[in-house]
Amino acid sequence: MSPPAPTATLAGRLMGDVRLRRRRALNRTMETVATLAAVAAVVVLAVVFVSVVIKGIGAINLDFLIHSEVPFGQSGGGIANAIVGTIVLVALASAMAIPVGILVGLHASEFARPRTAAAVRFALDLLNGVPTIVTGIFVFGLLVVGHTQSGYAGAFALAIVMLPIVARAAQEVLSLVPATVREGALALGATRWRAVVRVVLPTASSGLITGALLAVARAAGETAPLLFTSSILTTTGVSTNPGQTLVSIPLRIYQLAEGTSPSEHSEAWAAALLLILAVLAINVVARALYGRTRARMAAMQ
Amino acid sequence: MDDVPEASLSPTLPGVHKPAPSVRIRGLRAYYGDAERVKGIDLDLNANEVTAIIGPSGCGKSTMIRCINRMHEEIPGARSEGRVVLDDVNLYDPSVDVIAVRRTVGMVFQRPNPFPTMSIFDNVAAGPRLANRRRSDLQAAVRTALEGAGLWQEVADRLSEPATGLSGGQQQRLCIARSLAVDPEVILMDEPCSALDPTASLRIEQLIDELKRRVTIAIVTHNMQQAARVADRTAFMLDGELIEVGPTHHMFTSPSDPRTEDYVTGKFG
Amino acid sequence: MTTYSSGTPVAAVRLSSARRTAVDRAGDPILRGLTWLASAVAIVLFVALVYKVCDLAGESFSHYGLSFIGRETWNPNPSTKTYGFGAADFLFGTAVTSFFALLIAAPTSVAIALFLTELAPRRARRPVATLVELLAAIPSVVLGLWGLIVLAPIMSSTIEPALHAVLGWIPLFSGTPSSVGILTGVVILTIMTVPIVSAVMHELFGTVPGELKEAALALGATRWEMVRMVMLPYARSGMVGAVILGLGRALGEAIAVALVVGNADAIHTSLFEPGSTLASHIAAEYQGATTSLQISSLAYLAVILLALSVIANLIARLIARRAPLRLGAGVGGPE
Repeated sequence: MSPPAPTATLAGRLMGDVRLRRRRALNRTMETVATLAAVAAVVVLAVVFVSVVIKGIGAINLDFLIHSEVPFGQSGGGIANAIVGTIVLVALASAMAIPVGILVGLHASEFARPRTAAAVRFALDLLNGVPTIVTGIFVFGLLVVGHTQSGYAGAFALAIVMLPIVARAAQEVLSLVPATVREGALALGATRWRAVVRVVLPTASSGLITGALLAVARAAGETAPLLFTSSILTTTGVSTNPGQTLVSIPLRIYQLAEGTSPSEHSEAWAAALLLILAVLAINVVARALYGRTRARMAAMQ
Repeated sequence: MDDVPEASLSPTLPGVHKPAPSVRIRGLRAYYGDAERVKGIDLDLNANEVTAIIGPSGCGKSTMIRCINRMHEEIPGARSEGRVVLDDVNLYDPSVDVIAVRRTVGMVFQRPNPFPTMSIFDNVAAGPRLANRRRSDLQAAVRTALEGAGLWQEVADRLSEPATGLSGGQQQRLCIARSLAVDPEVILMDEPCSALDPTASLRIEQLIDELKRRVTIAIVTHNMQQAARVADRTAFMLDGELIEVGPTHHMFTSPSDPRTEDYVTGKFG
Repeated sequence: MTTYSSGTPVAAVRLSSARRTAVDRAGDPILRGLTWLASAVAIVLFVALVYKVCDLAGESFSHYGLSFIGRETWNPNPSTKTYGFGAADFLFGTAVTSFFALLIAAPTSVAIALFLTELAPRRARRPVATLVELLAAIPSVVLGLWGLIVLAPIMSSTIEPALHAVLGWIPLFSGTPSSVGILTGVVILTIMTVPIVSAVMHELFGTVPGELKEAALALGATRWEMVRMVMLPYARSGMVGAVILGLGRALGEAIAVALVVGNADAIHTSLFEPGSTLASHIAAEYQGATTSLQISSLAYLAVILLALSVIANLIARLIARRAPLRLGAGVGGPE
């Protein structure tokens, strides 16, 4: 308990010792590991994306885009019917899920008591956690058994996948609308619904669009909900009639991938390229919009 | 593995006088990005004395003391230049290890910040554990540090309880014990009483008076009465510059710079 | 809006505003009713989904009861003697693929989240975080296609032989390397769960108070020691929640797994062998269901899958709800 003169140890102490160097080495190792993990994730994204581009670009041409699939065994064929089918399916699903989802969000932000809002949020989270293949089985049981597969059934299944995404995003962004904005409108004598239509929804609009776009991107890429609802082809050629089954791009990729011939695989890559470009583009736009909403809300508060 | 220098640096017993180093700050500048917040300061912290740093909000006093244990450089985009010399070692010398600097120059923050997931014991033991102190030593080190912070009596029978169960004043003394446990030579306090009630503040002030027997202390405070009570010397900062430094009674009774006089008499700040 | 123009009789003003409020008076309840209805739809949908899927599984349930879960058969050919169905093979496949995927994904996600919160240069943070999240946006069928055609050959030519050479003495890595199989499914599921889990963890680490991190650094902790001392304990329960959330996702992934897992209803100890998960098996049979018992048994698989997902979700939510409470009580403290 008789320490040496402080200055004698001080310089040595401040240089660090073997143990400290060892601790630093461990720190560097962990920092490297963390960096590598992040690099790996980005590299995987790049590798997947580049593979799809390289393998898909060769197979994409005008014929591929404007022709429909051909019966098994024939060569050629394209995905025109799948492109149209996807658009119709997603549009129908959006028409169901987006208005309902935004209304759910409004319910939470404008009317519901906290307990009710929490219960709805809970149901949405559960719905969001349902595997999409199970959603497909549900709609199969609800709409297909006793009837036939149809675009309506497929769109309904996609809508169930979309609803929690739209609604949770709407709840979140509407809750960010500053109370002052809402109260300002109400104080001017506006009724609730006028305040909602004139002030609340416009304020939150880009956030609501973000949620809707993310849901659209998700639905456009979903295969599983359609397997039991809109997969058995009844007509070849382009169809926009949701009363019949509609082929979608993801489903087509799935079927082509399960095939064994190189031409099927190259068609699958081409379709995958279209799909991934569309989905990533929607995602990037959605994220950019969301960034703007947050900035605007922050400025208002 | 066993003969690590730090193992010999067990916390000094309370009440024992121990010579601590002086700190000489020379030409210290600190930046956040391009904004210069500390604009070339020369200041001495005398050994085993308390130096108070006063000045209006935003004058750079916190930034300045954060340069003494090189915590300033942890903020993204922040950097500093100049020299901070502990006895005869420049803390910014390339041969000096920044981790070792922080174990030599302890810091107590504005709000009590005990580790919420740890017990009282583990909070104090956190520092020594980094140096892989042996178990038996750890018990002694924790007790000594808690005694040094005047907290042992109050917590001896509940060392394994969460630190967050303590009152604010106790939490702050726990934070002092936590920094004492690695046996620092200098302790920096950044408005340590601003989140505490008067009674708890007084207790900390008494503690500071005891601690200076073994460490050199710099305390940033916005409370001039506090500076007058605890500090041997007081430095007045304004807009990133050191306006004046001198014995505390001199600073509060007959400052030589009119700006110091305006501040201590409450004309601004 | 300009009702108060000069010359307009006061009565007319009053009347028009009265009429407007009549519309408004109807508007409020209508909006309230619509939003209420929408919320009710969300709840009813979930309840109906559970009911309908269970209902579809009814025939299989009354045929097998709970023994379905333990049966290792899946033979859809009614003219054979072993005709019958059971979930054991797929439960095994689901458990193995999800377990190993999360075993890799959890530490990787922690590492990525730490990189994003602590290491990345400020300018790189947002872009890297966005890129990692975009990984989650890749449609599962595209990832499955990539797994089948690009990854699978690499698995059989390089990765699995290497694992076999080094770890072959462990039964998991015994056997012959193959392109499609459980391990390829594990890799794909890892890729799918990492972005989800790391995004939650990134957010979580962002909530660790800066003053705690500073306290650790001021004690002379290295950055990694600070992480261990402060960040991981602070975020611990939330991290568990994040991993369980990822588990829920891994359990339910059908398409990508179906493309790479080999679709064999069998239980093997080697990860190189083909297998099937609950979800992938349902997907693989979408065209082949012939007897009503087979369809009902697929629905039974869906019920099991649904139950697992809901349980995972509930646990994740429970943990997430408790976490901030505990931490809130911790950080504030009496002052």
